[in-house]
Amino acid sequence: MLRYFLARLATFVPTFLGVTLISFAFIRVLPGDPIIVMAGERGLSEERYQALRDQYGFNDPLLVQFWNYLTGVMQGDLGQSFVTKKPVWDEFFALFPATLELSICAIIIAILLGLPAGVIAAVYRGKLFDRALMSTALVGYSMPIFWWALLLIIVFSGNLGWTPVSGRIDLLYYFDNVTGFMLIDSALSGQDGAFWSAIRHLILPSIVLATIPLAVIARQTRSAMLEVLSEDYIRTARAKGLPPARVNGLHALRNAMIPVITVIGLSVGTLLAGAILTETIFSWPGIGKWMVDSIFRRDYPVVQGGLLLIAVLVMLVNLTVDLLYGLINPKIRKR
Amino acid sequence: MSDVSSQTARSVIDKGRPGRLREFWRYFRENRGAVIGLYVFAAFVLVAILANVLAPYDPTAQFRQNTLQPPVWQEGGSWAFPLGTDPLGRDMLSRLIHGARFSFFVGIVVVVVSSSGGILIGLIAGFAPKWLDTLIMRVMDIILAFPSLLLALVLVAILGPSLLNAMIAIALVLQPHYVRLTRASVMNERTKDYVVSARVAGAGLGRLMFVTVLPNCLAPIIVQAALSFSTAILDAAALGFLGMGAQPPTPEWGTMLAEAREFILRAWWVVTFPGLAILVTVLAINLMGDGLRDALDPKLKRS
Repeated sequence: MLRYFLARLATFVPTFLGVTLISFAFIRVLPGDPIIVMAGERGLSEERYQALRDQYGFNDPLLVQFWNYLTGVMQGDLGQSFVTKKPVWDEFFALFPATLELSICAIIIAILLGLPAGVIAAVYRGKLFDRALMSTALVGYSMPIFWWALLLIIVFSGNLGWTPVSGRIDLLYYFDNVTGFMLIDSALSGQDGAFWSAIRHLILPSIVLATIPLAVIARQTRSAMLEVLSEDYIRTARAKGLPPARVNGLHALRNAMIPVITVIGLSVGTLLAGAILTETIFSWPGIGKWMVDSIFRRDYPVVQGGLLLIAVLVMLVNLTVDLLYGLINPKIRKR
Repeated sequence: MSDVSSQTARSVIDKGRPGRLREFWRYFRENRGAVIGLYVFAAFVLVAILANVLAPYDPTAQFRQNTLQPPVWQEGGSWAFPLGTDPLGRDMLSRLIHGARFSFFVGIVVVVVSSSGGILIGLIAGFAPKWLDTLIMRVMDIILAFPSLLLALVLVAILGPSLLNAMIAIALVLQPHYVRLTRASVMNERTKDYVVSARVAGAGLGRLMFVTVLPNCLAPIIVQAALSFSTAILDAAALGFLGMGAQPPTPEWGTMLAEAREFILRAWWVVTFPGLAILVTVLAINLMGDGLRDALDPKLKRS
């Protein structure tokens, strides 16, 4: 067991170094001099230019620059935004709860709907529900979510007027940022309608972001269930006369969960990629929108730092999934 | 005597085993969705090729008297513009037809570039000494650590926004999947008897890689190619939508959606049709991909 953990951790370190190297390289392969970009339209004098180059370390040998960058990263120093002049690290973690809240809601929707749907489809294999569900799942899986978001806005915000088009909460409400999660903060504030407003803002973006994971989870649950349902121990359980609900729900689902959990873990990358589009469309103030805005503003330290933090986040989640997997399934450890 | 019997044996085998293509078609045909997907995809390819003939107008021609005209079945629509016009008075139908050309182009280029690169690197990794294999796979892990759309977005930001750069970025991001897939199949095949005997017979490394082993690894790769064709179309449209892919006035579907965004509450058709075109194309390719998987790769068969 320990050997598996260590082996898995050993692959984490070089990948982390590589990811850091890529984000380090980013600002250096950009066309144009970052200092000149930073100065903007005003331009700057030759002395000031040289001073800034020294200050940012662009005159050091590349290896020294990378070493400084790496040690900076380890201490949470990712440089400052060109635009706001605030540390990238602080900006990231100020916006991260918004993305996290959206992602958690999306994954909850995806699991709550996808898991039972997949189980029912497997149990009633080949029946109308199964076929309808699998077709729907394939449509969901093929969905350009940015278009899906626009359609939902047309119907629910435009025609029906049920949901707001953008933001996290009505401007009417103001309360302290306690946890960073709008749902919790608005409920804590005790203001009338604040919680309801937060929910109405959250619902469309969550649905949009949940669409692809939902389709993937439903498909994966179905095929994992089908595989398990043909096993001998299921036949034994049926032969013992256990009620079908118990066989399907307890014996089969528990064993089908392992591949499903992996898929849920792997969908974190999908969620973050989806968050870029979803947050841009709904003006959701999270890291996806922040990244896109920064790319357009040529705020390179932010793009660089955000890229690195997001990659490390994905890697940490994958590592956790792998380690959990090793705990649940002893067969994996042997490999 | 032995000659005759071996000949009859061979003729029996020839008869009993239909040609590879026919066998493939037999399995593929079983999956009705896949066949529908194939027809839709064929129609899409035809539209892309014949865009100049099929489109009633030039996709960039602006009819300033007819801006935001609704489609023909709605009040105010006319047969002159069957699917209506966009805010600049351009014919939606013509733009959609020409958009098929861009999406098809993106799909083809991305699949060819990412698969040929990925297969080559995967083969090398599969045959290489351990240190090189580890190095290659670590590099692929690094690329896969970034959410693909984000990495493509940043790459395009570096290269400058254009359709060509979007294709390069997407190809680069999709490639590690081919590397992993090819390497895994090579690892699986490499120790089999036929490879060992080819090696004993004196086949060189190049011959072993490309002639002996590669053809037996192709099934999952072909399935992956179909799937990445649709991913490429989706990602290129997403980049276009974010303003980082094809630039206006190119009638690329994602770019069209981006241009139409501010009109969503006034003119539903400028938003609905481009997205529908993306969805139908991607769906058709995914359906086809499922059928390909069932027909080519029984191991992965959807039970």
